[in-house]
Amino acid sequence: MALIQCRDLSLAYDGRVVESGVSFSVPQGDYLCIVGENGSGKSTLMKALLGLIRPAGGSITFGEGLHQTEIGYLPQQTQIQRDFPASCFEVVLSGRLNRRKGRFFYHKADRDAARRTMDTLGIGDLARRCYHDLSGGQQQRVLLARALCATQKLLLLDEPVAGLDPVVTQELYALIRRLNDEGLTVIMVSHDMTAVAEDAKHVLHLAHKPLFYGNTFDYLHSGVGRRFTGRDGNALF
Amino acid sequence: MRFSDMFASPLLMQIVLRAMVVGVLVSLCCALLGVNLVLRRFSMIGDGLSHVGFGAIALAAVCGLSQWELEFTLPVVIVAAVLILRMSERSHTQGDAAIALLATGAVAVGSLLYNYSPQRNADICNSLFGSASVLTLTDKDLILSLVLSAVVLALFVLCYHKLFAITFDEVFARATGVHTQAYKTLLAILTAVTIVLGMKLMGAIMISGLVVFPAMSAMRLCKSFRGVVLCSGGLAVVCFVAGFFTACRLSWQTGPTVIAVHTLVFVLVSAGSALAASRLLRRKKV
Ligand SMILES: Nc1ncnc2c1ncn2[C@@H]1O[C@H](COP(=O)(O)OP(=O)(O)O)[C@@H](O)[C@H]1O
Ligand SMILES: [Mg+2]
Repeated sequence: MALIQCRDLSLAYDGRVVESGVSFSVPQGDYLCIVGENGSGKSTLMKALLGLIRPAGGSITFGEGLHQTEIGYLPQQTQIQRDFPASCFEVVLSGRLNRRKGRFFYHKADRDAARRTMDTLGIGDLARRCYHDLSGGQQQRVLLARALCATQKLLLLDEPVAGLDPVVTQELYALIRRLNDEGLTVIMVSHDMTAVAEDAKHVLHLAHKPLFYGNTFDYLHSGVGRRFTGRDGNALF
Repeated sequence: MRFSDMFASPLLMQIVLRAMVVGVLVSLCCALLGVNLVLRRFSMIGDGLSHVGFGAIALAAVCGLSQWELEFTLPVVIVAAVLILRMSERSHTQGDAAIALLATGAVAVGSLLYNYSPQRNADICNSLFGSASVLTLTDKDLILSLVLSAVVLALFVLCYHKLFAITFDEVFARATGVHTQAYKTLLAILTAVTIVLGMKLMGAIMISGLVVFPAMSAMRLCKSFRGVVLCSGGLAVVCFVAGFFTACRLSWQTGPTVIAVHTLVFVLVSAGSALAASRLLRRKKV
């Protein structure tokens, strides 16, 4: 049984269909990259997986004991307020919100988990710093830590490296790769084809409908993949 | 009335005390809700609602419902608050414009209605800038403000972490299973009640200052959400008490005096934090 199984999914805003016929399944430990042009419905698909919008058709099924509210989500940058007065620790801790069913306050375990996650991501010393004083790369790490606090199984990353410099981008990819190696399932929206080629196990190419779904090697050698990457797929291996 | 006279008679003292308790509680509620509103870029909601309240009070006065003013105004403003929330959800620009429409529309109708009131100018002046005397506050106001502040405080203590998540990143909060819509509606309703309660004392034009000033000053002083919330509440209480006594002493209107104190604090705090920032910058360069 897969973690997530989408069957013939179609998604719409106010009756206007954004994408349709989307079918794929995400087994445990997978690293799925979702690619496609701007406006092709990648973020919309993420929102549907999170239950933020209701599918207009088809179905999303969760397996392996995964609950929809237990997905770690790193939103696309545009949605977050950059000048919010919050300490990094407060932001990371808010990821534990979904574990507090019926409780008003956090336990010590929640605080410890938040602290541990920050240490793992190398941002332990930023805990007391103000979120909006950080660099873009540090902010993304804080949000990644928050996402990790919210899940033990599945990470959804929506263009996590947009606006970051190449060095920080590589560091973030390395971090995500490590998390995936440790058993976390990753679904990532990305425009960065190098990362797709190096890290992804499967690729879903969207253009209002799926143009390709399969493993990364096949994608890079497919017609769509070659056209989208703008280079010869063979050269990568 | 001289300042020392206020404490001479027990009756007068009781009235002044009642006004102060209502004012402190309303200030506290405004400040707490204000942190949330300002950070969600809804600063104008307080302003819009108070203008709707002005229209409603005018209507109540003309219909001869003056003693039922509170019962009449509350539902009107609550409906307006929920409407504004819904509209701004649908689109940001529309929500912004919706507040302006509701506000000016209500004030226009309200001031026309006052043409049918016997003491037109005094009434308009009172509802815009707050009552010149604190005598107009009733026990009903006191009880409602006690209940309201109990609800607001309970919400901020018990649901603090959810409020943080909703304010910081609503989409993420929703994804982790928080019923953001319910909380947002509750916040809008509480804001409406707070505004209506505070209007009598502070005036329709002044009340939104109580929502925005403490949060803005607190954001210049504190770097964490908890800090901003606590500081905002603290500033609101201190500024209200200072403004209230100044107003009594000099026989000024309460609303403008309290807001003047808030303005002063804001200017000082902004100057202070700008100075601190430039000093930090200089130290880094050296
Ligand atoms: N909240 C919304 N309401 C209406 N339409 C939307 C909304 N969000 C996105 N869309 C539309 O849906 C389409 C897909 O958007 P999105 O999923 O964000 O694309 P991507 O993330 O692939 O760039 C776009 O045409 C966009 O205009
Ligand atoms: Mg997107």
